[in-house]
Amino acid sequence: MTRTATTRTAGDRAGTSAREVPARPAAPVYRARSSQWAAWGFAAPVTVYLVAFYAYPLLRNLDLSVRNYTVRSFVQGGAQFSGLDNLRAVVTSPTFGPALTNTVVFTVTSLVFQFTIGLALALFFQHHFPLSGTLRALFLVPWLLPLIVSSSTWAWMLNSDSGVVNYALGLLGVDPVHWLTSPQWSLPSVIIANIWIGIPFNLVVLYSGLQAIPAELHEAAAIDGANARQRFWRVTFPLLRPVSAITLLLGLVYTLKVFDIIWVMTKGGPGDSSTTLTTWSYRKSFGSLLPQFGPGAAISNLLIVMALVAGLLYVRSAGREAGA
Amino acid sequence: MTATRAERGRRARTGVGVVLTAVMLFPVYWMVNVSLTPTADMRHDPPFVVPVHATLDGYRTVLDQQLPYLGTSLLVGLGTVLLTLAVAAPAGYSLAKLRPRGGPVLAFALLLAQMIPGIIMGIGLYAVYLSLGYLNTLPGLVVADSTIAVPFGVLLFTSFMRGIPDELLQAAKVDGAGHLRTFASVVLPVSRNAIVTVSLFSFLWAWSDFIFATTLDAGGDHQPITLGIYHYIGNNNQEWNAIMATAVVASVPAAVLLVVAQRFVAAGVTGGAVKE
Repeated sequence: MTRTATTRTAGDRAGTSAREVPARPAAPVYRARSSQWAAWGFAAPVTVYLVAFYAYPLLRNLDLSVRNYTVRSFVQGGAQFSGLDNLRAVVTSPTFGPALTNTVVFTVTSLVFQFTIGLALALFFQHHFPLSGTLRALFLVPWLLPLIVSSSTWAWMLNSDSGVVNYALGLLGVDPVHWLTSPQWSLPSVIIANIWIGIPFNLVVLYSGLQAIPAELHEAAAIDGANARQRFWRVTFPLLRPVSAITLLLGLVYTLKVFDIIWVMTKGGPGDSSTTLTTWSYRKSFGSLLPQFGPGAAISNLLIVMALVAGLLYVRSAGREAGA
Repeated sequence: MTATRAERGRRARTGVGVVLTAVMLFPVYWMVNVSLTPTADMRHDPPFVVPVHATLDGYRTVLDQQLPYLGTSLLVGLGTVLLTLAVAAPAGYSLAKLRPRGGPVLAFALLLAQMIPGIIMGIGLYAVYLSLGYLNTLPGLVVADSTIAVPFGVLLFTSFMRGIPDELLQAAKVDGAGHLRTFASVVLPVSRNAIVTVSLFSFLWAWSDFIFATTLDAGGDHQPITLGIYHYIGNNNQEWNAIMATAVVASVPAAVLLVVAQRFVAAGVTGGAVKE
Protein backbone atom coordinates (compact mmCIF):
# COMPACT_ATOMS: atom_id res chain seq x y z
CA MET A 1 0.00 0.00 0.00
CA THR A 2 1.60 3.18 -1.11
CA ARG A 3 -0.96 5.66 0.09
CA THR A 4 0.88 8.56 1.59
CA ALA A 5 -1.65 9.56 4.18
CA THR A 6 -0.74 7.14 6.89
CA THR A 7 -3.84 7.22 8.95
CA ARG A 8 -2.13 6.69 12.21
CA THR A 9 -3.22 8.40 15.35
CA ALA A 10 -1.10 11.23 16.47
CA GLY A 11 -0.88 10.75 20.19
CA ASP A 12 1.71 8.04 20.44
CA ARG A 13 3.68 9.17 17.45
CA ALA A 14 4.48 12.74 18.31
CA GLY A 15 7.09 11.65 20.79
CA THR A 16 8.84 9.11 18.60
CA SER A 17 8.91 11.15 15.42
CA ALA A 18 10.62 13.99 17.19
CA ARG A 19 13.42 11.62 18.04
CA GLU A 20 13.62 10.10 14.59
CA VAL A 21 14.21 13.39 12.87
CA PRO A 22 17.92 13.96 12.26
CA ALA A 23 19.29 16.72 14.44
CA ARG A 24 18.92 20.09 12.80
CA PRO A 25 21.62 22.69 12.95
CA ALA A 26 21.21 24.32 16.34
CA ALA A 27 18.82 27.24 15.99
CA PRO A 28 19.36 30.39 18.00
CA VAL A 29 17.40 30.41 21.22
CA TYR A 30 15.15 33.30 20.22
CA ARG A 31 14.13 31.38 17.12
CA ALA A 32 13.13 28.38 19.23
CA ARG A 33 11.08 30.57 21.51
CA SER A 34 9.36 32.35 18.64
CA SER A 35 8.58 29.04 16.99
CA GLN A 36 6.96 27.86 20.22
CA TRP A 37 4.75 30.94 19.99
CA ALA A 38 3.85 30.04 16.44
CA ALA A 39 3.27 26.40 17.34
CA TRP A 40 0.83 27.31 20.08
CA GLY A 41 -0.69 30.02 17.95
CA PHE A 42 -1.79 27.40 15.49
CA ALA A 43 -2.83 25.04 18.26
CA ALA A 44 -4.70 27.76 20.16
CA PRO A 45 -8.08 27.42 18.41
CA VAL A 46 -8.34 23.72 19.13
CA THR A 47 -7.18 24.22 22.72
CA VAL A 48 -9.81 26.86 23.35
CA TYR A 49 -12.32 24.66 21.55
CA LEU A 50 -11.52 21.64 23.73
CA VAL A 51 -11.86 23.66 26.91
CA ALA A 52 -15.06 25.44 25.89
CA PHE A 53 -16.93 22.65 24.13
CA TYR A 54 -15.58 19.53 25.78
CA ALA A 55 -14.14 20.23 29.20
CA TYR A 56 -16.74 22.78 30.25
CA PRO A 57 -19.83 20.73 29.25
CA LEU A 58 -18.30 17.69 30.92
CA LEU A 59 -17.77 19.73 34.04
CA ARG A 60 -21.38 20.90 33.92
CA ASN A 61 -22.41 17.30 33.51
CA LEU A 62 -20.41 16.36 36.59
CA ASP A 63 -21.95 19.26 38.47
CA LEU A 64 -25.45 18.13 37.46
CA SER A 65 -24.75 14.67 38.83
CA VAL A 66 -23.87 15.86 42.33
CA ARG A 67 -26.73 18.31 42.81
CA ASN A 68 -30.38 17.95 43.44
CA TYR A 69 -31.76 19.69 40.39
CA THR A 70 -35.38 20.38 39.73
CA VAL A 71 -36.73 21.93 36.56
CA ARG A 72 -36.88 25.20 38.43
CA SER A 73 -33.37 25.20 39.85
CA PHE A 74 -32.09 23.95 36.52
CA VAL A 75 -33.16 27.20 34.96
CA GLN A 76 -32.61 29.56 37.88
CA GLY A 77 -29.64 27.94 39.55
CA GLY A 78 -29.19 27.34 43.26
CA ALA A 79 -29.65 23.58 43.30
CA GLN A 80 -28.51 21.97 46.48
CA PHE A 81 -25.35 19.95 46.66
CA SER A 82 -26.35 16.36 47.26
CA GLY A 83 -23.08 14.49 46.82
CA LEU A 84 -23.51 10.94 45.70
CA ASP A 85 -27.27 10.85 46.25
CA ASN A 86 -28.01 10.77 42.52
CA LEU A 87 -25.54 7.99 41.94
CA ARG A 88 -26.98 6.04 44.88
CA ALA A 89 -30.50 6.52 43.54
CA VAL A 90 -29.39 5.29 40.13
CA VAL A 91 -27.56 2.22 41.39
CA THR A 92 -30.41 1.16 43.65
CA SER A 93 -33.06 1.74 41.00
CA PRO A 94 -34.79 -1.39 39.69
CA THR A 95 -33.76 -0.33 36.18
CA PHE A 96 -30.06 -0.38 37.00
CA GLY A 97 -29.61 -4.16 36.86
CA PRO A 98 -31.40 -4.66 33.53
CA ALA A 99 -29.75 -1.58 32.00
CA LEU A 100 -26.28 -2.73 32.95
CA THR A 101 -26.91 -6.31 31.81
CA ASN A 102 -28.43 -5.10 28.55
CA THR A 103 -25.47 -2.81 27.94
CA VAL A 104 -23.05 -5.68 28.42
CA VAL A 105 -25.10 -8.15 26.34
CA PHE A 106 -25.66 -5.56 23.61
CA THR A 107 -21.99 -4.63 23.45
CA VAL A 108 -20.46 -8.09 23.68
CA THR A 109 -22.88 -9.78 21.27
CA SER A 110 -22.57 -6.96 18.75
CA LEU A 111 -18.78 -7.04 18.90
CA VAL A 112 -18.50 -10.82 18.57
CA PHE A 113 -20.73 -10.95 15.49
CA GLN A 114 -19.43 -7.78 13.86
CA PHE A 115 -15.87 -8.92 14.26
CA THR A 116 -16.41 -12.51 13.12
CA ILE A 117 -18.47 -11.55 10.10
CA GLY A 118 -16.17 -8.64 9.29
CA LEU A 119 -13.10 -10.89 9.45
CA ALA A 120 -14.72 -13.59 7.31
CA LEU A 121 -15.62 -10.97 4.69
CA ALA A 122 -12.15 -9.42 4.85
CA LEU A 123 -10.59 -12.84 4.19
CA PHE A 124 -13.04 -13.37 1.35
CA PHE A 125 -12.29 -10.02 -0.27
CA GLN A 126 -8.56 -10.53 0.12
CA HIS A 127 -8.65 -12.68 -3.00
CA HIS A 128 -8.94 -10.35 -5.90
CA PHE A 129 -11.69 -11.24 -8.31
CA PRO A 130 -13.70 -9.35 -10.88
CA LEU A 131 -15.82 -6.65 -9.15
CA SER A 132 -14.16 -7.24 -5.77
CA GLY A 133 -13.35 -3.54 -5.32
CA THR A 134 -16.85 -2.39 -6.21
CA LEU A 135 -18.55 -4.94 -3.99
CA ARG A 136 -16.27 -4.07 -1.08
CA ALA A 137 -17.20 -0.42 -1.55
CA LEU A 138 -20.89 -1.29 -1.53
CA PHE A 139 -20.40 -2.99 1.81
CA LEU A 140 -19.67 0.45 3.24
CA VAL A 141 -23.23 1.63 2.63
CA PRO A 142 -24.69 0.60 6.01
CA TRP A 143 -21.88 2.45 7.78
CA LEU A 144 -22.49 5.66 5.82
CA LEU A 145 -26.26 5.83 6.16
CA PRO A 146 -27.61 8.11 8.87
CA LEU A 147 -28.38 5.91 11.87
CA ILE A 148 -31.95 7.10 11.96
CA VAL A 149 -32.41 5.89 8.38
CA SER A 150 -31.06 2.42 9.18
CA SER A 151 -33.01 2.21 12.42
CA SER A 152 -36.34 3.18 10.90
CA THR A 153 -35.80 0.79 7.99
CA TRP A 154 -35.07 -2.04 10.39
CA ALA A 155 -38.04 -1.07 12.52
CA TRP A 156 -40.33 -1.46 9.53
CA MET A 157 -38.66 -4.69 8.38
CA LEU A 158 -39.12 -6.14 11.87
CA ASN A 159 -42.73 -4.97 12.17
CA SER A 160 -44.75 -7.80 13.69
CA ASP A 161 -47.67 -7.75 11.25
CA SER A 162 -46.34 -6.38 7.97
CA GLY A 163 -42.59 -6.76 8.29
CA VAL A 164 -40.66 -8.56 5.58
CA VAL A 165 -38.64 -10.51 8.16
CA ASN A 166 -41.70 -12.18 9.61
CA TYR A 167 -42.93 -12.81 6.08
CA ALA A 168 -39.66 -14.58 5.22
CA LEU A 169 -39.85 -16.58 8.45
CA GLY A 170 -43.43 -17.49 7.54
CA LEU A 171 -42.19 -18.99 4.27
CA LEU A 172 -39.92 -21.20 6.37
CA GLY A 173 -42.86 -22.18 8.53
CA VAL A 174 -41.84 -20.08 11.55
CA ASP A 175 -44.55 -18.29 13.49
CA PRO A 176 -44.43 -14.48 13.48
CA VAL A 177 -42.05 -13.06 16.05
CA HIS A 178 -42.97 -9.90 17.94
CA TRP A 179 -39.56 -8.44 17.41
CA LEU A 180 -39.89 -4.95 18.80
CA THR A 181 -42.90 -5.39 21.03
CA SER A 182 -42.04 -8.42 23.11
CA PRO A 183 -39.60 -8.22 26.05
CA GLN A 184 -37.60 -11.26 25.00
CA TRP A 185 -37.03 -10.13 21.39
CA SER A 186 -36.54 -6.38 21.67
CA LEU A 187 -32.89 -6.62 22.70
CA PRO A 188 -31.98 -9.18 20.00
CA SER A 189 -33.73 -6.94 17.46
CA VAL A 190 -31.63 -3.87 18.20
CA ILE A 191 -28.52 -6.07 18.38
CA ILE A 192 -29.23 -7.41 14.87
CA ALA A 193 -29.58 -3.90 13.49
CA ASN A 194 -26.42 -2.80 15.27
CA ILE A 195 -24.41 -5.75 13.95
CA TRP A 196 -25.51 -4.86 10.43
CA ILE A 197 -24.33 -1.29 10.90
CA GLY A 198 -21.00 -2.33 12.43
CA ILE A 199 -19.89 -4.94 9.90
CA PRO A 200 -18.47 -2.43 7.37
CA PHE A 201 -16.13 -0.86 9.92
CA ASN A 202 -14.76 -4.24 10.93
CA LEU A 203 -14.45 -5.33 7.31
CA VAL A 204 -12.51 -2.25 6.23
CA VAL A 205 -10.12 -2.12 9.17
CA LEU A 206 -9.44 -5.86 9.17
CA TYR A 207 -9.05 -5.84 5.40
CA SER A 208 -6.38 -3.18 5.58
CA GLY A 209 -4.76 -5.17 8.38
CA LEU A 210 -4.68 -8.25 6.15
CA GLN A 211 -3.13 -6.22 3.33
CA ALA A 212 -0.24 -5.40 5.62
CA ILE A 213 0.69 -9.07 6.09
CA PRO A 214 3.35 -9.96 3.50
CA ALA A 215 2.11 -12.53 0.98
CA GLU A 216 5.47 -14.33 1.15
CA LEU A 217 4.60 -15.58 4.63
CA HIS A 218 1.58 -17.41 3.26
CA GLU A 219 3.57 -18.77 0.37
CA ALA A 220 6.31 -19.97 2.68
CA ALA A 221 3.77 -21.66 4.93
CA ALA A 222 2.10 -23.23 1.91
CA ILE A 223 5.43 -24.58 0.67
CA ASP A 224 6.00 -26.03 4.12
CA GLY A 225 2.80 -27.97 3.62
CA ALA A 226 0.39 -25.93 5.75
CA ASN A 227 -3.21 -26.18 4.59
CA ALA A 228 -5.55 -23.22 4.42
CA ARG A 229 -6.89 -23.70 7.94
CA GLN A 230 -3.39 -23.98 9.40
CA ARG A 231 -2.24 -20.96 7.43
CA PHE A 232 -5.08 -18.92 8.91
CA TRP A 233 -4.64 -19.98 12.52
CA ARG A 234 -0.83 -20.14 12.54
CA VAL A 235 0.09 -17.21 10.27
CA THR A 236 -2.75 -14.81 9.55
CA PHE A 237 -4.50 -14.76 12.89
CA PRO A 238 -1.41 -14.19 15.09
CA LEU A 239 -0.14 -11.47 12.77
CA LEU A 240 -3.54 -9.83 12.74
CA ARG A 241 -3.73 -9.73 16.52
CA PRO A 242 -2.70 -6.10 17.02
CA VAL A 243 -5.15 -4.86 14.39
CA SER A 244 -7.83 -7.13 15.83
CA ALA A 245 -7.29 -5.68 19.28
CA ILE A 246 -7.60 -2.15 17.93
CA THR A 247 -10.71 -3.04 15.94
CA LEU A 248 -12.40 -4.58 18.95
CA LEU A 249 -11.49 -1.78 21.33
CA LEU A 250 -12.63 0.95 18.96
CA GLY A 251 -15.74 -1.14 18.34
CA LEU A 252 -16.26 -1.27 22.10
CA VAL A 253 -16.03 2.51 22.35
CA TYR A 254 -18.45 2.96 19.46
CA THR A 255 -20.91 0.36 20.73
CA LEU A 256 -21.09 1.86 24.21
CA LYS A 257 -22.14 5.10 22.51
CA VAL A 258 -25.02 3.58 20.56
CA PHE A 259 -28.17 5.50 21.19
CA ASP A 260 -30.04 6.29 17.98
CA ILE A 261 -30.69 2.69 16.98
CA ILE A 262 -32.21 1.61 20.27
CA TRP A 263 -34.14 4.80 20.85
CA VAL A 264 -35.70 4.83 17.39
CA MET A 265 -36.50 1.12 17.28
CA THR A 266 -37.76 0.39 20.80
CA LYS A 267 -37.16 3.45 23.04
CA GLY A 268 -35.54 0.94 25.37
CA GLY A 269 -38.78 -0.95 25.83
CA PRO A 270 -41.04 -2.70 26.22
CA GLY A 271 -40.50 -2.09 29.93
CA ASP A 272 -36.75 -1.99 30.40
CA SER A 273 -36.12 -4.96 28.14
CA SER A 274 -33.85 -3.13 25.70
CA THR A 275 -32.80 -0.23 27.93
CA THR A 276 -29.06 0.37 28.03
CA LEU A 277 -27.21 2.89 30.17
CA THR A 278 -27.23 5.32 27.22
CA THR A 279 -30.95 5.23 26.55
CA TRP A 280 -31.70 5.23 30.26
CA SER A 281 -29.60 8.34 30.74
CA TYR A 282 -31.43 10.03 27.86
CA ARG A 283 -34.83 8.96 29.14
CA LYS A 284 -34.10 10.38 32.59
CA SER A 285 -32.85 13.70 31.22
CA PHE A 286 -35.06 14.31 28.20
CA GLY A 287 -37.59 11.54 27.87
CA SER A 288 -40.36 12.82 30.10
CA LEU A 289 -42.11 16.01 31.04
CA LEU A 290 -40.40 15.95 34.42
CA PRO A 291 -36.73 15.67 33.53
CA GLN A 292 -34.40 14.28 36.16
CA PHE A 293 -31.12 15.78 35.07
CA GLY A 294 -29.23 14.76 38.18
CA PRO A 295 -29.78 11.01 37.86
CA GLY A 296 -29.45 11.27 34.07
CA ALA A 297 -26.05 12.87 34.47
CA ALA A 298 -25.06 10.32 37.11
CA ILE A 299 -25.80 7.49 34.67
CA SER A 300 -23.82 9.23 31.97
CA ASN A 301 -20.87 9.49 34.35
CA LEU A 302 -20.92 5.72 34.72
CA LEU A 303 -20.87 5.53 30.94
CA ILE A 304 -17.95 7.87 30.63
CA VAL A 305 -15.92 5.75 33.03
CA MET A 306 -16.62 2.69 30.90
CA ALA A 307 -15.80 4.54 27.69
CA LEU A 308 -12.56 5.94 29.07
CA VAL A 309 -11.41 2.55 30.34
CA ALA A 310 -12.00 1.17 26.84
CA GLY A 311 -10.33 4.25 25.38
CA LEU A 312 -7.22 3.93 27.51
CA LEU A 313 -6.93 0.24 26.66
CA TYR A 314 -7.15 1.26 23.01
CA VAL A 315 -4.49 3.94 23.31
CA ARG A 316 -2.22 1.49 25.08
CA SER A 317 -2.66 -1.21 22.51
CA ALA A 318 -2.28 1.24 19.62
CA GLY A 319 0.88 2.54 21.24
CA ARG A 320 2.23 -0.97 21.68
CA GLU A 321 1.61 -1.68 18.01
CA ALA A 322 3.46 1.48 17.03
CA GLY A 323 6.37 0.51 19.24
CA ALA A 324 6.56 -3.04 17.92
CA MET B 1 -6.30 -26.31 -17.88
CA THR B 2 -5.06 -24.86 -14.62
CA ALA B 3 -5.53 -21.36 -15.96
CA THR B 4 -9.16 -21.98 -16.75
CA ARG B 5 -9.69 -23.53 -13.35
CA ALA B 6 -8.23 -20.46 -11.68
CA GLU B 7 -10.41 -18.32 -13.90
CA ARG B 8 -13.45 -20.34 -12.93
CA GLY B 9 -12.51 -19.92 -9.25
CA ARG B 10 -12.38 -16.18 -9.66
CA ARG B 11 -15.75 -16.13 -11.38
CA ALA B 12 -17.23 -18.25 -8.60
CA ARG B 13 -15.91 -15.79 -6.05
CA THR B 14 -17.54 -12.95 -7.92
CA GLY B 15 -20.81 -14.88 -7.80
CA VAL B 16 -20.52 -15.44 -4.06
CA GLY B 17 -19.50 -11.82 -3.57
CA VAL B 18 -22.54 -10.55 -5.44
CA VAL B 19 -24.84 -12.72 -3.33
CA LEU B 20 -23.21 -11.58 -0.07
CA THR B 21 -23.48 -7.94 -1.11
CA ALA B 22 -27.11 -8.42 -2.07
CA VAL B 23 -27.88 -9.91 1.35
CA MET B 24 -26.02 -7.11 3.09
CA LEU B 25 -27.76 -4.40 1.11
CA PHE B 26 -31.22 -5.92 1.33
CA PRO B 27 -32.39 -3.41 3.97
CA VAL B 28 -31.34 -0.58 1.66
CA TYR B 29 -33.27 -2.14 -1.19
CA TRP B 30 -36.24 -2.60 1.08
CA MET B 31 -36.16 1.03 2.08
CA VAL B 32 -36.34 2.06 -1.58
CA ASN B 33 -39.02 -0.52 -2.28
CA VAL B 34 -41.24 0.62 0.56
CA SER B 35 -40.72 4.27 -0.40
CA LEU B 36 -42.33 3.49 -3.77
CA THR B 37 -45.16 1.36 -2.41
CA PRO B 38 -48.64 2.93 -2.33
CA THR B 39 -50.18 3.22 1.13
CA ALA B 40 -52.92 0.77 0.16
CA ASP B 41 -50.34 -1.95 -0.49
CA MET B 42 -48.31 -1.23 2.61
CA ARG B 43 -49.80 -3.97 4.77
CA HIS B 44 -50.49 -6.31 1.91
CA ASP B 45 -49.86 -9.96 2.65
CA PRO B 46 -47.56 -11.14 1.13
CA PRO B 47 -45.56 -7.90 0.89
CA PHE B 48 -44.70 -6.77 -2.63
CA VAL B 49 -41.06 -7.68 -3.12
CA VAL B 50 -40.85 -5.34 -6.09
CA PRO B 51 -42.92 -2.15 -6.23
CA VAL B 52 -45.43 -3.35 -8.85
CA HIS B 53 -47.75 -0.41 -8.24
CA ALA B 54 -44.88 2.02 -7.88
CA THR B 55 -45.94 5.50 -6.84
CA LEU B 56 -44.07 8.68 -6.10
CA ASP B 57 -46.62 9.73 -3.48
CA GLY B 58 -44.06 9.27 -0.73
CA TYR B 59 -41.60 11.55 -2.50
CA ARG B 60 -44.31 14.10 -3.17
CA THR B 61 -44.95 14.18 0.58
CA VAL B 62 -41.24 14.73 1.14
CA LEU B 63 -41.30 17.70 -1.21
CA ASP B 64 -44.37 19.09 0.52
CA GLN B 65 -43.27 18.64 4.11
CA GLN B 66 -39.58 17.94 4.46
CA LEU B 67 -37.85 20.62 2.40
CA PRO B 68 -37.31 22.99 5.36
CA TYR B 69 -35.76 20.13 7.35
CA LEU B 70 -33.46 19.28 4.46
CA GLY B 71 -32.45 22.92 4.11
CA THR B 72 -31.63 23.12 7.80
CA SER B 73 -29.53 19.97 7.59
CA LEU B 74 -27.66 21.37 4.61
CA LEU B 75 -26.92 24.61 6.46
CA VAL B 76 -25.89 22.85 9.65
CA GLY B 77 -23.70 20.44 7.66
CA LEU B 78 -21.90 23.24 5.82
CA GLY B 79 -21.46 25.24 9.01
CA THR B 80 -20.01 22.21 10.73
CA VAL B 81 -17.55 21.66 7.88
CA LEU B 82 -16.32 25.26 8.08
CA LEU B 83 -15.95 25.25 11.85
CA THR B 84 -14.23 21.86 11.85
CA LEU B 85 -11.74 22.88 9.17
CA ALA B 86 -11.03 26.20 10.85
CA VAL B 87 -10.20 24.51 14.14
CA ALA B 88 -8.63 21.28 12.95
CA ALA B 89 -6.36 22.30 10.06
CA PRO B 90 -4.14 24.75 11.99
CA ALA B 91 -3.99 22.33 14.90
CA GLY B 92 -2.88 19.54 12.57
CA TYR B 93 -0.16 21.77 11.14
CA SER B 94 1.04 22.66 14.60
CA LEU B 95 1.13 19.08 15.87
CA ALA B 96 2.70 17.74 12.70
CA LYS B 97 5.33 20.35 11.98
CA LEU B 98 5.78 22.93 14.71
CA ARG B 99 6.21 20.62 17.71
CA PRO B 100 4.47 22.66 20.39
CA ARG B 101 5.72 21.83 23.86
CA GLY B 102 2.95 19.71 25.35
CA GLY B 103 1.76 18.67 21.89
CA PRO B 104 1.52 14.97 22.82
CA VAL B 105 -0.75 15.90 25.73
CA LEU B 106 -3.01 17.79 23.34
CA ALA B 107 -3.09 14.86 20.93
CA PHE B 108 -3.91 12.52 23.79
CA ALA B 109 -6.74 14.79 24.95
CA LEU B 110 -8.17 14.70 21.42
CA LEU B 111 -7.98 10.94 21.36
CA LEU B 112 -9.91 10.72 24.62
CA ALA B 113 -12.40 13.35 23.42
CA GLN B 114 -13.27 11.01 20.57
CA MET B 115 -14.30 8.33 23.07
CA ILE B 116 -16.88 10.36 24.97
CA PRO B 117 -20.40 9.11 24.25
CA GLY B 118 -22.67 11.65 22.55
CA ILE B 119 -25.35 11.47 25.22
CA ILE B 120 -22.90 12.85 27.80
CA MET B 121 -21.96 15.72 25.53
CA GLY B 122 -25.66 16.21 24.87
CA ILE B 123 -26.55 16.58 28.55
CA GLY B 124 -23.52 18.79 29.27
CA LEU B 125 -24.12 21.05 26.28
CA TYR B 126 -27.81 21.25 27.14
CA ALA B 127 -26.91 22.64 30.56
CA VAL B 128 -24.43 25.10 29.04
CA TYR B 129 -26.74 26.20 26.23
CA LEU B 130 -29.65 26.63 28.61
CA SER B 131 -27.77 29.24 30.61
CA LEU B 132 -26.36 30.92 27.50
CA GLY B 133 -29.61 30.86 25.53
CA TYR B 134 -28.22 28.77 22.68
CA LEU B 135 -30.84 26.04 22.86
CA ASN B 136 -32.81 25.55 19.63
CA THR B 137 -30.41 27.67 17.60
CA LEU B 138 -28.52 26.67 14.50
CA PRO B 139 -25.11 27.94 15.67
CA GLY B 140 -25.60 25.89 18.83
CA LEU B 141 -26.30 22.80 16.78
CA VAL B 142 -23.32 23.49 14.50
CA VAL B 143 -20.97 23.70 17.46
CA ALA B 144 -22.39 20.52 18.98
CA ASP B 145 -22.14 18.62 15.69
CA SER B 146 -18.59 19.78 15.19
CA THR B 147 -17.56 18.05 18.42
CA ILE B 148 -18.07 14.75 16.59
CA ALA B 149 -15.64 15.74 13.85
CA VAL B 150 -12.97 17.99 15.37
CA PRO B 151 -10.88 15.34 17.17
CA PHE B 152 -11.01 13.12 14.10
CA GLY B 153 -10.11 16.10 11.91
CA VAL B 154 -7.09 17.12 13.95
CA LEU B 155 -5.75 13.58 14.08
CA LEU B 156 -6.24 13.11 10.34
CA PHE B 157 -4.64 16.46 9.47
CA THR B 158 -1.73 15.71 11.78
CA SER B 159 -0.93 12.36 10.21
CA PHE B 160 -1.39 13.76 6.73
CA MET B 161 0.69 16.90 7.24
CA ARG B 162 3.47 14.90 8.82
CA GLY B 163 4.00 13.54 5.32
CA ILE B 164 4.71 16.99 3.86
CA PRO B 165 8.46 17.21 3.15
CA ASP B 166 10.24 19.60 5.50
CA GLU B 167 12.21 20.92 2.51
CA LEU B 168 9.01 22.38 1.11
CA LEU B 169 8.34 24.37 4.28
CA GLN B 170 12.01 25.31 4.52
CA ALA B 171 11.91 26.65 0.97
CA ALA B 172 8.92 28.81 1.80
CA LYS B 173 10.76 30.17 4.80
CA VAL B 174 13.82 30.96 2.68
CA ASP B 175 11.53 32.87 0.34
CA GLY B 176 10.58 35.00 3.30
CA ALA B 177 7.18 33.50 4.10
CA GLY B 178 6.09 33.64 7.72
CA HIS B 179 4.24 30.84 9.48
CA LEU B 180 0.81 32.08 8.43
CA ARG B 181 1.88 32.54 4.83
CA THR B 182 3.50 29.10 4.74
CA PHE B 183 0.37 27.56 6.19
CA ALA B 184 -1.97 29.29 3.78
CA SER B 185 -0.02 29.00 0.55
CA VAL B 186 2.01 25.82 1.00
CA VAL B 187 0.55 23.55 3.67
CA LEU B 188 -3.14 23.92 2.88
CA PRO B 189 -2.84 23.48 -0.91
CA VAL B 190 -0.82 20.27 -0.61
CA SER B 191 -3.23 18.98 2.04
CA ARG B 192 -6.14 18.97 -0.37
CA ASN B 193 -6.90 15.30 0.16
CA ALA B 194 -7.02 15.66 3.91
CA ILE B 195 -9.27 18.71 3.59
CA VAL B 196 -11.64 16.77 1.34
CA THR B 197 -11.75 13.79 3.69
CA VAL B 198 -12.36 15.87 6.81
CA SER B 199 -14.99 17.98 5.02
CA LEU B 200 -16.85 14.95 3.73
CA PHE B 201 -16.97 13.26 7.08
CA SER B 202 -17.82 16.30 9.13
CA PHE B 203 -20.65 17.02 6.71
CA LEU B 204 -21.91 13.46 6.79
CA TRP B 205 -21.80 13.24 10.58
CA ALA B 206 -23.54 16.56 11.04
CA TRP B 207 -26.14 15.56 8.45
CA SER B 208 -26.71 12.22 10.20
CA ASP B 209 -26.68 13.51 13.75
CA PHE B 210 -29.75 12.71 15.75
CA ILE B 211 -28.62 12.80 19.36
CA PHE B 212 -27.59 16.49 19.44
CA ALA B 213 -30.59 17.45 17.35
CA THR B 214 -33.00 15.80 19.74
CA THR B 215 -31.32 17.06 22.90
CA LEU B 216 -30.43 20.60 21.81
CA ASP B 217 -32.83 21.50 18.99
CA ALA B 218 -36.02 19.53 19.67
CA GLY B 219 -37.99 22.72 20.27
CA GLY B 220 -36.39 24.74 17.50
CA ASP B 221 -38.06 26.46 14.59
CA HIS B 222 -35.43 25.05 12.28
CA GLN B 223 -34.91 21.34 12.74
CA PRO B 224 -32.69 18.95 10.76
CA ILE B 225 -33.92 16.09 8.62
CA THR B 226 -33.13 13.46 11.27
CA LEU B 227 -35.77 15.05 13.48
CA GLY B 228 -38.06 15.24 10.45
CA ILE B 229 -37.89 11.47 10.11
CA TYR B 230 -38.22 11.00 13.85
CA HIS B 231 -41.41 13.08 14.03
CA TYR B 232 -42.78 11.12 11.09
CA ILE B 233 -42.27 7.82 12.86
CA GLY B 234 -43.95 9.20 15.93
CA ASN B 235 -46.88 10.87 14.24
CA ASN B 236 -48.26 9.05 11.25
CA ASN B 237 -47.34 5.47 11.78
CA GLN B 238 -49.22 4.41 8.65
CA GLU B 239 -47.46 6.38 5.95
CA TRP B 240 -44.37 4.28 5.72
CA ASN B 241 -43.81 5.20 2.09
CA ALA B 242 -43.38 8.83 3.13
CA ILE B 243 -41.10 7.84 6.00
CA MET B 244 -38.98 5.65 3.77
CA ALA B 245 -38.94 8.25 0.99
CA THR B 246 -37.57 10.74 3.49
CA ALA B 247 -35.03 8.14 4.55
CA VAL B 248 -33.98 7.65 0.93
CA VAL B 249 -33.56 11.38 0.44
CA ALA B 250 -31.65 11.63 3.72
CA SER B 251 -29.30 8.94 2.42
CA VAL B 252 -28.35 10.90 -0.68
CA PRO B 253 -25.24 12.53 0.84
CA ALA B 254 -23.95 9.10 1.86
CA ALA B 255 -24.52 7.76 -1.64
CA VAL B 256 -22.83 10.77 -3.24
CA LEU B 257 -19.93 10.37 -0.88
CA LEU B 258 -19.50 6.74 -1.77
CA VAL B 259 -19.62 7.33 -5.51
CA VAL B 260 -17.56 10.50 -5.66
CA ALA B 261 -15.04 9.91 -2.94
CA GLN B 262 -14.66 6.22 -2.28
CA ARG B 263 -10.94 6.38 -1.63
CA PHE B 264 -11.45 9.16 0.88
CA VAL B 265 -14.09 7.10 2.62
CA ALA B 266 -11.72 4.20 3.20
CA ALA B 267 -9.19 6.67 4.60
CA GLY B 268 -11.87 7.98 6.93
CA VAL B 269 -13.00 4.60 8.19
CA THR B 270 -9.48 3.54 9.05
CA GLY B 271 -8.62 7.05 10.21
CA GLY B 272 -7.00 6.82 13.60
CA ALA B 273 -7.35 3.07 13.67
CA VAL B 274 -4.54 1.38 11.81
CA LYS B 275 -1.45 2.25 9.95
CA GLU B 276 -1.31 1.19 6.34
